[in-house]
Amino acid sequence: MTSGINPTNSEPSATPVVPLYRDEVEVSGHIIDSLILPKVLDIITAAGGSFQIKTITIGHGRNDPSYARIEVTAPGRALLEEILSHIADHGAVPVAQQDCRRAAADMDGAFPEGFYSTTNQRTEVRVAGEWIAVADQEMDCGIVITADPPAARCVPMADLRRGERVVVGHAGVRVFPPARSAERDGFEFMASDVSTEKPKGVIIREIAAELLRCRRENRNVVVVGGPAIIHTGSGKYLCELIRDGYVQVLLAGNALATHDIEQAMFGTSLGVHLEHGGIVDAGHEHHLRAINRIRRAGGIRPAVTSGLLTHGVMYECVRHGVEYVLAGSIRDDGPLTDVVTDALEAQRLMRSAVRDAGFCLMIATTLHSIAVGNLLPASVKVVCADINPSTVIKLADRGSFQTVGLVTDVEPFMRSLVAELQAAAPARSVPHEAPQP
Amino acid sequence: MTQPRILMCRPSYFGIEYEINPWMNVHSGADAVLAVQQWEGLRRLLVDAGAAIEEVTPIAGLPDLVFTANAGLVFRERVIVSRFRHAQRQGEEPHLRNWFHRHGYTIEATPDGTYFEGAGDALFCGETLIAGYRIRSDALGHQRIGARLGCRVLPVELVNDSFYHLDTCFCPLSPTTAIWYPAALDEYGRRAIAGAVEHLIEVDDEEARRFACNAVVVGRNVITNTGCDALAAQLASRGYIHQQTPLGEFTKAGGSAKCLTLRLDGEDAAVWRVSTMPSSVAAEAPISETRSTTT
Repeated sequence: MTSGINPTNSEPSATPVVPLYRDEVEVSGHIIDSLILPKVLDIITAAGGSFQIKTITIGHGRNDPSYARIEVTAPGRALLEEILSHIADHGAVPVAQQDCRRAAADMDGAFPEGFYSTTNQRTEVRVAGEWIAVADQEMDCGIVITADPPAARCVPMADLRRGERVVVGHAGVRVFPPARSAERDGFEFMASDVSTEKPKGVIIREIAAELLRCRRENRNVVVVGGPAIIHTGSGKYLCELIRDGYVQVLLAGNALATHDIEQAMFGTSLGVHLEHGGIVDAGHEHHLRAINRIRRAGGIRPAVTSGLLTHGVMYECVRHGVEYVLAGSIRDDGPLTDVVTDALEAQRLMRSAVRDAGFCLMIATTLHSIAVGNLLPASVKVVCADINPSTVIKLADRGSFQTVGLVTDVEPFMRSLVAELQAAAPARSVPHEAPQP
Repeated sequence: MTQPRILMCRPSYFGIEYEINPWMNVHSGADAVLAVQQWEGLRRLLVDAGAAIEEVTPIAGLPDLVFTANAGLVFRERVIVSRFRHAQRQGEEPHLRNWFHRHGYTIEATPDGTYFEGAGDALFCGETLIAGYRIRSDALGHQRIGARLGCRVLPVELVNDSFYHLDTCFCPLSPTTAIWYPAALDEYGRRAIAGAVEHLIEVDDEEARRFACNAVVVGRNVITNTGCDALAAQLASRGYIHQQTPLGEFTKAGGSAKCLTLRLDGEDAAVWRVSTMPSSVAAEAPISETRSTTT
């Protein structure tokens, strides 16, 4: 500890943080050439406030205006008001003084021009002078306002219906960045660039703590998995997580389910025997035969009920009431009856499945991880474990900043995680188990 | 080339009837007869310099109507008529609006909730509108006017109440040259202007208070109040014809040569005037009988 001085906004510290008051202003015009923008920012800091530029658009040509949207924070309501009043003299006006502007959708499946494009961060809109929270927060959507009582929710482009009232422009919209914890926790510690050099033991312990917290608080844990879980022989660890009530939602594709079922029926994954690692004769056909059997049975659930499928990840999902969505892709064999081949419908099902997520674990899949990252609000912590660092980088590049990356082989990661959980909670306290099918 | 046109208002009702800037003193007042003589002197110099003068009718009870620079901002055939900060001058607004309307201008309102005092606070220099704010006009209004006109606007903060309009401390002579008194501006404003105007002629404190920056420019002719000899030397070295004419009765009200005029066809320093004026105005603006097209 160095001092009792109040921390700055950007440095997490164990010292209690003074409550911050905040408001957003916008300033436009030739704010760079005229030095109005630096002047406004200087005034904010000189007065004891701080700022964060939320949006800035710089004009391309000499006559093109620029635009900046600035969040002003101050450790007191009076000081904030003083700063806002001061910078208003220089043309920086609070966004909050206006209701959000709305325009009726003139067609299905497309927003009106100038629509407000959402982030994955908590957002409020002002309607009739009142701030209301935006529900179903998701990035890259629009915001639809309904009346009686006023309500706002994120709506993806494809789901918009003609006549719905859509927020246009930035006025009357405010976005709250993820709250910074006053205390450094494991996730603060991990929230840095992806690295292969992190102490994995510490991180896995933190992930275990999150899983325990979710189970204790009855929050849903979403697992997004790729087929490498099965290929590496880690399916049994995922089964243990499901059996112990740590997983409520599984999002995957045809491959994970197929190879899991192949493994359950033939002991192989893509024809490779998981016990001894040898290639089995005609093993390359196993996954097709597995798919075929499931299709003949009418799906995974009937296959479990009839006794055709007796173990494995999908079996445990059915047995333990884990909601799963298998989203199809263009290269899928079969696919399994349960695979949703309409991409928009798959998005809708996944969106619905992650709505109450408390934590998300992404393991060894790039496309499904990015897809789910796009759907999750920034408030949901995400751990992405992948042998390939680029998966984590891609997630962050697409705006899923809440993602913690862990570059690791799947099998040791899963094994360590299960061991950590068993050490922390050897006896299962609250079973999540669903009735037997 | 189109003849320069300038709007003026005869000082029939000029006087110091209130105090809205540090120069005004109702007790000292102004000499009405002398004021008319000085105004006539300025008018004569402008005519001699080649300008056509148009006049707005003076109104009793509106003593500052003589300061036509504050009537509005002319941009081609459009005019943004001022909304004055002080109630004492707000009575000028309908009168000025009426004049512009009768003379064929498209009248545009000042942006909602903002004050704007016309060419007193907004001066084109090249492609850029340099705009003074804080004391009379608002920065936000300038930004919105810039967006409306599609031109670059650099709002600069005025920090000395004696130089309450931009035209008391800054005067573009050409698209690349201006007279200025930097002490009337804050540091950001000084840097913004220094970055936008290639050649700046600085006036000293004493001549700034003689309203050296409140100059009327007609071609190479620059007309100011008397007592601006240092400026005269600088202008002469750059090839300008500087003429000084006594305007002491008007400086008592905080205005001088520039304040008494409004350039209707665009200032010489405005690029848009050079680039578009002959065709657009000649074709579209049915300006008054006094307009001339002689060269």
